[in-house]
This record gives sequence, structure tokens and C-alpha cells, in this order.
Amino acid sequence: MTMTAIPAFGTPPRSRRRLWIEQITGASFALPALALLILTILLPLAVLLYLSLTNYEFGAISADWVGLANFSKALADPIIRRSVINTLIYVAIVVPGGVFGALLIAILVHGRRRTRSLYEVIYFLPVTSTLIAMATVWQFLLHPALGPVNAMLKWLGFGEIAFLSEPSTALATLAVIGIWQLLGFNMILFLAGLSAIPRDLYEASEIDGCSNGIDRFLTITWPLLGPTTMFVIVTTMITAFKIFDTVAVMTRGGPMGRTEVLLYNIYLEGFQYFHTGYAAALSFIFLAFILVFSVAQTFTLDRKVHY
Amino acid sequence: MATVDLTSIAKSFGPTKVLGGVDLSIADGEFLTLVGPSGCGKSTLIRIIAGLEAQDSGGVAIGGASVDHLRAHERRVAMVFQSYALYPHMTVGANIGLPLTMSRMTLRQRLPLLRLLSRQRREILRGIEADVGAVAAQLQLEHLLDRRPAQLSGGQRQRVALGRAMVRSPDVFLMDEPLSNLDAKLRVHMRTELAELHKRLGATFIYVTHDQIEAMTMSDRVAMMDAGDVLQLGTPSELYERPASIKVAQFIGSPAINLLPATLAGSGRIELFGRPLSLAVNGTAGASITLGIRAEALSLAQGEPGQGGRAWFSARLRRKENLGSEYILHFDLAGRDAPGVTTRATAATAATVNETAEVALTFDETACHVFDVGGERLEPRNGGAVSSVVPLRA
Ligand SMILES: Nc1ncnc2c1ncn2[C@@H]1O[C@H](COP(=O)(O)OP(=O)(O)O)[C@@H](O)[C@H]1O
Ligand SMILES: [Mg+2]
Repeated sequence: MTMTAIPAFGTPPRSRRRLWIEQITGASFALPALALLILTILLPLAVLLYLSLTNYEFGAISADWVGLANFSKALADPIIRRSVINTLIYVAIVVPGGVFGALLIAILVHGRRRTRSLYEVIYFLPVTSTLIAMATVWQFLLHPALGPVNAMLKWLGFGEIAFLSEPSTALATLAVIGIWQLLGFNMILFLAGLSAIPRDLYEASEIDGCSNGIDRFLTITWPLLGPTTMFVIVTTMITAFKIFDTVAVMTRGGPMGRTEVLLYNIYLEGFQYFHTGYAAALSFIFLAFILVFSVAQTFTLDRKVHY
Repeated sequence: MATVDLTSIAKSFGPTKVLGGVDLSIADGEFLTLVGPSGCGKSTLIRIIAGLEAQDSGGVAIGGASVDHLRAHERRVAMVFQSYALYPHMTVGANIGLPLTMSRMTLRQRLPLLRLLSRQRREILRGIEADVGAVAAQLQLEHLLDRRPAQLSGGQRQRVALGRAMVRSPDVFLMDEPLSNLDAKLRVHMRTELAELHKRLGATFIYVTHDQIEAMTMSDRVAMMDAGDVLQLGTPSELYERPASIKVAQFIGSPAINLLPATLAGSGRIELFGRPLSLAVNGTAGASITLGIRAEALSLAQGEPGQGGRAWFSARLRRKENLGSEYILHFDLAGRDAPGVTTRATAATAATVNETAEVALTFDETACHVFDVGGERLEPRNGGAVSSVVPLRA
């Protein structure tokens, strides 16, 4: 051990200089990230906040300060309320379907040895494809007269269903498409979680009396996947809450407003009706929801069970 | 309590043959160790006994009855894994109690929410708790019952794994390298604990290790395995004193046995480095053989080499290894087509040698092991040396 390796308590001028250099170095490492954060998130947020407090309209030269009027209008607006409820219904269908469906598929795929990667690719394909293009395919598949789904229903003796134009089925149909799009990604997350469970544990449980798949799932798989499941639930919630593209391409909020969702309404207010100030206020409401989910995520991930 | 009988167990993984027809009979209450180098199929064999792996052919019987059709948990065996395989999300108490939970409760009584409907549940839980407490007391784990495995030391985890095995009072304990993850000191301590546990429980223990010291110190009998076959089955002293083949001789004992190339002269007399020994075996003249001499049978010659007809050869010291109680001396056999040899020596003897000069090493011919070209043991004729046996030095 040499003396220079020990923090020099006896030589204040040198150590102060070194501290200073360290601080400068640290700050300059953080600077690019900080600059990006300010430019891409904090600054736009500030502008958004300012806009939400005015009655600015896109293309106008000036705007009036209206205080919280936009927010009180939004809270009282029945269309907005309906779109929030629709969004929540959509989330309520997509989250259980997208999470438990993916878990089931992951467990089945995990059990395959030779064909595993084939199934992984098949289920992951929807994630990599453009939803706009896929939406067209779905529209064709679900078409009441031309689509194979209805042909199948008719062949089975059911009546034909106009999935996307029937008010009672439109939102649920979008949710099914949403689940289809999410399954692959969630499956990959669950597969990673499953692979991290030591095989020894299954063997030990087999000797200890877990004789069937249900016992093994309840004793080992489900509890040990806990952190993964929490993560998947929260990310699926956030993704589902941001539903926009299928609505914009396939239903445009119809039929009879049954598929109007929050993000689509923000888009309408901001880019179709040019009520920029009002859209900004709606965006804040949207952000509030996302924030709640994110906090939930941070919370569950931070206190995730450390085994 | 039960015997375990294996009849021609064979197993291959794809094209790799892992076990080639193992026959083994383990007595009731016996401590049998499977020992062998890594990859020789020990784990595969013990996993077949446990029911975690299915053999390709052959049969396993426990307590005289075939268990081939039984699932792992129906075989009344318990297993301790090298990794301990404790359930990380359960407390120590729940870990030890899981075998009882699984056997005493129905699925409905174990399910979340639904289990609240069961009236007997509390009573069963109390019974399990009592049994877990009794096992924990035997292993000094009572104060740890509410901890998670991650909060335990290696030795404590090891004891929890033992507890989980003990709680069902199985007929057979299977242990796959249970001490490998412990530090050296704890390992020595746990050897004693396991041997005492075996004595106390009186159950059959089948113990897998690659460490010959564990095999020698704990077992009633040792089965030495290599490349999927049992090379020799016997008590630790049988394996040490009469190894059936060169592989067994090499594997058992530390430092490893000294192997010297030798040849047979006429009438089966052994010639080492051109000098005839008084040792003879059955064999044709001119055949090459291998002479095995344990380190403790080899010593520095006192006085004139060859004195009293004792066999000897010359060597030069390479290195001294101080073990505290004794020295291990490593010698080179200069100019000879043979690897070096090792001997044990007291500190006083070790002080008399150095690297500069050649010394004479002498050995007790009755303690030699003779192996043929194929590595099989050859028995010395007349039960030992032919003539002029000099009494061992004190
Ligand atoms: N599930 C398996 N698939 C393929 N090969 C295996 C499998 N299990 C073990 N083996 C092979 O069988 C041989 C013996 O393994 P094992 O019984 O674990 O040896 P040991 O416990 O004596 O070290 C090794 O060569 C190993 O690679
Ligand atoms: Mg092994």
C-alpha cells in the first residue's frame, strides 16, 4: 500500500482541488443527458402547461389567458368523460388478456425444446409489423360480407357480426386486436422470467410432492414470476392506455362514439378542430393517468421481491 | 427403512452413453457413496433412483419392491441438491414444511382464498408446524424459521435443505454433492454432522461426491464410478488398500498414488528400473506393468541404499510441501521415463534433504500394488513378497 492511495487528509489544498475536478468531471458527464432531458421533455412540458392555460388556437397569432377554464371544461365535457371510460374499458380487457394470454403461451412455448424458436418468431411477428398495415388486414378479416371470420361463423351456423361497426362489439374487437399485438412482446418477457427459474426448484418440488402442472405452477412458477408479472402488467397498462392507431385507422371513434378514446379525442381537438389550448389541457389529464401507472411501476419494481 | 437395488441401469442422452448397466445393492440403513470424477454419471444415477430421470433399461427397487412405475414423490425418497434448491420465496419454515403441505392438504386447502373455506385447514397447519418445529430443533434452525433463504449463510441453507429432506422421514436420503458449495472448514464440520445424522436416523443414505475424502470419511461402502460404470464397490479401506484398477488407485488417496513403470522378468518377478524386486506376479516375462506405491509406503533410505535387501531407487527433490503435521516431498526421477513421486515425511526427515543431491527412496514391497497393461490389479504371488521381507521400520 502506498501513501498516495489513501485520501490525503493532511493536505487540504490538494484534496480541495481534486474534489473540484471531480465535481466538474461528474457534471460534464451528466450534462448531455440533462440537456436532452430539458430539450425533449421539460421544455415541451412547460410549453404544454402554458398552452393549456390559454385559449390558443392552431395558427392564431395571439391567445388569451384563461386560467383553469380548459381543465374545468374538460372535466365537465361528456365526450371526454365517455372517452376516458372507453379507454379504461379497453385497458380492462387488454391487460388481463394480454398478460395472462402471454403467460399461458410463454409456459407452453417454454416447454417446447426443438420448436421453441419457431413459436417465438410466430408470436413475436405482430410486434414487429406496422399496425397500420395490419389494421387493413384485420378490417378485411372481420369484414361482414367478405371476411373469413364471418364466413367461418356462418359455416358454424351463427349469424354474421359486423364486428367493427356494431356498437356493442367495436371496442371489444379493438381490444382483441390490441391483445394480439401485445402478446408476443409480453411472451418474450415471460419467457425470460421462466428461463431464470432454476430447474432444480422444479425437481425439488417434484420430490416434495408437486405431482402435476397445477401444483408446480402454484408452488414455483407463479410466485417466482411475481416481479416479471408486475412489470408486464404495468407496461401493458401504459401501452393499452395509449390506444390510438387502431381507432384512428379502423373506426375513427365510431360507431356512435363507442370507440372514442382519450388519445384520439386529444388528436381531434388539437389537429382537427385546432383547439390547441384545450388539447393541451387534455394532454395533461392523459399524462396524469400515465404518471399514476408509472409511479405504480416504479413502486412495484423498487420493492419487487428480492429472493 | 429400505434397501435399494439397482439392476443393470443404463442411460444415454442422445448418442452419449452416460450409464452402462449399473448393478448395485444397498443395504438397509447403509451409507453408500458414489464417488468418481466429474461427468462420470453419478448425478444421473442418483436422479434415476429419485425418479427425476427415467432409465433406458434396468430397474430400481426400494425396499424390495420395484419403483419404476412410481413418480418421484411416491418413492419415499428425499433429495438434497448441490444448489440446495430452496424455494426462494418461502420462509425457512415453509420450505421445510412444503413436503408435508403437499401430502397432507388437498389442492383446495392450498389455493388462495378457497382455502379459507376449509375447516380442517387450521388443524392440519398446526400439525405441520409441530413437525417442522421438531426437525428445526434437531438442526438448530428454530430461530431462523421466519427468514428467507437469501438471508441465510451457506451452512444454514445446507441445514434447511437437510430439514426439508428429513421432515417426511423418508426411507432413503439421496444427496448430490451437498457439501460442494461450503467453504473448506464448514465442509469438514458437516462431514461429521452428516455421519452423525445418518447414525441417528438409521435411514439409507446414498451420497454422491467427487471428493474422495468425503467418500472415505463418511461411508460404510463406496462405489467408485468412471465413465458410467462402477469400477469397484467396497468399504473405504478395501478401496484404499486393494484398489481393483489403476483408476481406483489413482482416484482414492491424497497425495495421489505413485505409479512407476516396471517390467516382468522370468518367473513373474518384477523389475523396477532394471533392478529386480522380491515381488512376483503371474504373467509372461517381458510384459510391462505398473507399480503403485502410496506416498506413505515410500520413504527416504537411511544409511546405505539396498541395505537388508530393501528395494530402492534414486530421485532428486523438487519441492517440499509443509502441511504442518508433516511434509509432502515431491521428487523427480531424473533421466527416467516416469513422472515424479511423492512421499510423506516428518519435519525432521524433510530437513535432511535438499534439491542439490540425489537421494535413495526405499519402499515396502508388501504395500505395493501391481497393475497390468490394461490397468487391472494383479495379485502378488504367495500373498506378497517372495523372499527376504524386512520388517517395517518403526
Ligand atoms: N439432461 C442431459 N442431457 C444431455 N446430457 C446430459 C444430461 N445430463 C447429464 N448429461 C451428460 O451425462 C454425463 C454425466 O453427467 P452427470 O451424471 O451429471 O455426471 P456427474 O454428476 O458424475 O458429474 C455428462 O457428460 C453430462 O454432460
Ligand atoms: Mg453431478
